[in-house]
Amino acid sequence: MSEYTQHDKDLVSVGLVEKKSFTFAEPPSEMKLESDARLGPVTIAYETYGALAPDRRNAVLVLHALSGDSHVAGYYSAEDEKPGWWDCMVGPGKGIDTDKFFVICSNIIGSCLGSTGPSAINPATGRAYGLDFPVVTIGDMVAAQKALIGHLGIERLLCVVGGSIGGMQVLEWCVRYPEMVASAIPLATTMRHSALAIAFNEVARQSIMADPNWNHGDYYNGAKPALGLAVARMIGHITYLSDESMRLKFGRRLQDKSDFSFNFDADFQVESYLRYQGRKFVDRFDANSFLYITKAADYYDLGKQHGEGSAVRALSKAHARFLVISFTSDWLYPTYQARDIVKALKKNGRDVSFCEIEAEWGHDAFLIPGERLKTLIHGFLERIHHEINQ
Amino acid sequence: MKSTNSRMRYDLQIIASWIEPGSHVVDLGCGEGDLLQHLITHKGVHGTGIERNEEKVAACIEKGLSVLQGDINEEVHDYPEGRFDYVILSQTLQQVYEPAVLIRAMLRIGRKGIVSFPNFSHWDIRRQVFFTGFAPVSRQLPFQWFNTPNIRVITLKDFRKFVQDVGFKILKEAAINTHSQDRHGSIVQFLPNLRATYGIFMIGKDYL
Repeated sequence: MSEYTQHDKDLVSVGLVEKKSFTFAEPPSEMKLESDARLGPVTIAYETYGALAPDRRNAVLVLHALSGDSHVAGYYSAEDEKPGWWDCMVGPGKGIDTDKFFVICSNIIGSCLGSTGPSAINPATGRAYGLDFPVVTIGDMVAAQKALIGHLGIERLLCVVGGSIGGMQVLEWCVRYPEMVASAIPLATTMRHSALAIAFNEVARQSIMADPNWNHGDYYNGAKPALGLAVARMIGHITYLSDESMRLKFGRRLQDKSDFSFNFDADFQVESYLRYQGRKFVDRFDANSFLYITKAADYYDLGKQHGEGSAVRALSKAHARFLVISFTSDWLYPTYQARDIVKALKKNGRDVSFCEIEAEWGHDAFLIPGERLKTLIHGFLERIHHEINQ
Repeated sequence: MKSTNSRMRYDLQIIASWIEPGSHVVDLGCGEGDLLQHLITHKGVHGTGIERNEEKVAACIEKGLSVLQGDINEEVHDYPEGRFDYVILSQTLQQVYEPAVLIRAMLRIGRKGIVSFPNFSHWDIRRQVFFTGFAPVSRQLPFQWFNTPNIRVITLKDFRKFVQDVGFKILKEAAINTHSQDRHGSIVQFLPNLRATYGIFMIGKDYL
């Protein structure tokens, strides 16, 4: 996912927040992963917003996508240039209202933004894991989140919500721990990657692995595979936009020049944009984490994992009430994939609402401030809150 | 949930009066969810809706209704058999391309169907054709022949015959006199096929 965060135009914000961490699965009780490998200790970075109600029934878990982190809203300090990545949605009176709900967001395992991942120190060697880090799945990420939720003393989440890879975690939560999820909002997501989505991820991974600095994942004491990761990010950005949004945003406009340079500098604005996004990403993200998380997304297959190949059977395990949302111009996870989720839920007689939002911004649309998404989520959460407290 | 609009369209008031409290209902083409909201608030039903228009779907979800966006002719098929007590199709039948397919699907997923539509044999429609020679335009069917979404012209008599032909049974019916968005109206007892602007029918399988 891209970054669109900017200060709230009405200056409404949860204010100052703090990144915390929780460590569990200390050896010898390591976490057992889906691959049968064991991982421990496991640290999860997380943040919370709003207050947990005395009955502990107002908790909303937000799940982030590929490059996101636990910092969903607010600021770490008054000097921060940007708030958290979904500040437009999470805050007082916003779509996910922190005056009402206790909002939790944690960094997924495998990532590099505070949770245990390939850049963390392997206690067995005293060095960064690199490729010794076991392959983690969406299921493993969710299992780790469950440990955190237990640690926070919450038995049942009022809602789990997330877009893209975060949406896969939403679906996984619903079938893995059905009794813990009252409602779910999978956004711009899928029950399994299409060949198109896997293809883009593979090109991005190849770009990282082709960088000589990558060194089979062992680069933490030297130069980073910055070029490979930057190109991987550029590919990602293309898939997050759409033909329409690129036409509107860049067209064929040139960057700071009136004619072609007749060399291989960035002539077009779109080239310059992608190069900038690639460079910026390298400063804050780890190349190995990119490999691990994209692999987890490619492996994800809800029906195969939980329904012997049938999405309908997999979702028969879910008890939650659902709000499924897709965006018209999302070509990474097109609407037909959201409709497959809706169809499987209907076949199980589950309560499901669905809206396809007309949006030109492609897959990224779920991150962009917009009234429609905000009011849909707000209305749905109000209803669930009302039903739970009846 | 916000308070319901107690003064909803007259035909919807009649439909609501036919529904047992606490039942499971799906409203096909639910618009902004007036009927669903009324049924949930006043009859404690478990209701869901299907609506094609994004704006209307969003309006429903925003007020706390369970509604999904899609084409009723396709969405109706995914539910398990007998999932609902009532399947409602109000003022939409005249726009359905394959009415028999839809009606059969309705009575597969629900025990009873409730269908309402504008009566094309109303005296004013007959009068317009007879005296002006132009295709009729009424408050219930306010379009010209070239821009109408209403591809079917149905009379109360036609519908009774149709239900019989597809093998179902009419369990209840009401002929009413009201305008399309009006909250007021009356039941028509005398010469309904001539005097009623709308027909409302509850249908079921023969063996019920």
